[in-house]
Amino acid sequence: MNLPTTAAHNAAADAPTFHGSSLELRNLTMAYGDINVLRDVSLTVAPGTTTCIIGPSGSGKSTLLRGINRLHEPKSGEVLLAGESTLRANPDTLRTRIGMVFQHFNLFPDHTALENVALALWSVKGMPKAQAMERARRRLAEVGLAERADHRPRDLSGGQQQRVAIARALAMEPEVMLFDEATSALDPELVKGVLNLMAGLGRRGMTMLVVTHEMGFARRVADQVVFMDEGEVVEAGTPAQLFDNPRSERLQRFLSEVL
Amino acid sequence: MDWLNTIIRTFFDFGAMAEVLPQLLGVGLLNTLIISIAATLLGTVLGMVVAVMGISPSKWLRVPARIYTDLFRGLPAILTILLIGQGFARLSQSIFGPSPYPLGIIALSLIASAYIGEIFRAGILSVDKGQGEACRALGMSYAKSMALVVVPQGVRRVLPALVNQFIAIVKDSSLVYFLGLLVSERELFRVGQDAAVLSGNLSPLVAAGVFYLVITVPLTHLVNYFDNKFRTGRRRPAAPTSGLKEVKELDAASPLTTGSNT
Repeated sequence: MNLPTTAAHNAAADAPTFHGSSLELRNLTMAYGDINVLRDVSLTVAPGTTTCIIGPSGSGKSTLLRGINRLHEPKSGEVLLAGESTLRANPDTLRTRIGMVFQHFNLFPDHTALENVALALWSVKGMPKAQAMERARRRLAEVGLAERADHRPRDLSGGQQQRVAIARALAMEPEVMLFDEATSALDPELVKGVLNLMAGLGRRGMTMLVVTHEMGFARRVADQVVFMDEGEVVEAGTPAQLFDNPRSERLQRFLSEVL
Repeated sequence: MDWLNTIIRTFFDFGAMAEVLPQLLGVGLLNTLIISIAATLLGTVLGMVVAVMGISPSKWLRVPARIYTDLFRGLPAILTILLIGQGFARLSQSIFGPSPYPLGIIALSLIASAYIGEIFRAGILSVDKGQGEACRALGMSYAKSMALVVVPQGVRRVLPALVNQFIAIVKDSSLVYFLGLLVSERELFRVGQDAAVLSGNLSPLVAAGVFYLVITVPLTHLVNYFDNKFRTGRRRPAAPTSGLKEVKELDAASPLTTGSNT
């Protein structure tokens, strides 16, 4: 069930409290050319909850995320954000409501950390530049990077870069955050910090879809875990259901490989 | 040593060189630079248009850009210059007056824009796809993500190639003499050639050649310098820091991981 709430953002500018929206996928099918890489995926994400998507490579996890913000256009099915169809929305407007964090950060190399966060604020939201910079500075401080605001990405560690990327997405005040293997490219000692940051977002009411290989994180933080393989949802449920009592043979085999 | 004398008289007649020097400097060099710089600026603007059309998702923009590039890159420069310089002479006369100078610049910039368009296109395509995706994921339109993020990165990468193109234009600017320039409009080659006829030896042309080298050789080295600089990048030198320090810093400074549940 999802309440057709239009998210109210008034408080979000000052206090880092989020108003996540619900997300619902109905029979989502996505294709590259003639090959269906995602078949009939249905999924409900309640407002303010965290859903972790796990599964072997090539299972369509990333494609699923890219279908939600339409970086890749779905072939058929329906995606509802706060009860409204995303496929009938203007894609650019839709994407301002959905934040995305990438495996390889994708920061803009010739912009400082501050400018990375501020760019979309003035160029998309039409905020005056001074105000955009001010907001960006606050978002950077919230991810612990106040000191690094004037560094370019190449002068930051992977963990710091990913935190800038998270601040950049949060600055747009999204209703949903998508994380596409956000810690896979990080040095091992920096993984925990970024995962803690993500867990903090979840506790503060953000709706999150997290594609991850961090099973510990999925077990600890997720409200719902989805196991995908070969473009289908094989199993979905609470972390306890999936990790302690996997029913499908494919999930059992997957868990025995990664745990 | 007869042959040595002949060579010196033919190529290194310093008297003839000295005589043509003021003209090479005041007329030739000036005009060569004006023609080359004007053609490069115009060619760069046109080239950017052609490049952006060439990578457009719409084939109605892509195909014309492709044809344009094939055409002006595939024809000999001299043929393009003559066709445009003479073919549009009447039109040009009503706009710019009798001088073929503007048409020469336009013809050179059309040729240059085909090459520069390809340089820009390659540069823009070499930018990591994730850059555009990050922009789009933030809600930027295709045009904005190109203009604010992707194109500037692509252009920076091809600056050395653009300087090479400028060098090519400097050399091709000599072809404009085919259009019949006024005395005051002659560029380096024409000044040298006219003087060579008067002096009866090739020394004025050698002098003109030296001027071309004075423009092109330093630029070639400048390219290499910049190429190196861009490759190694402006990186702040920093002492190596332990990743563990960052862990501590994050634990200390992250309000998002603490605070009340809402």
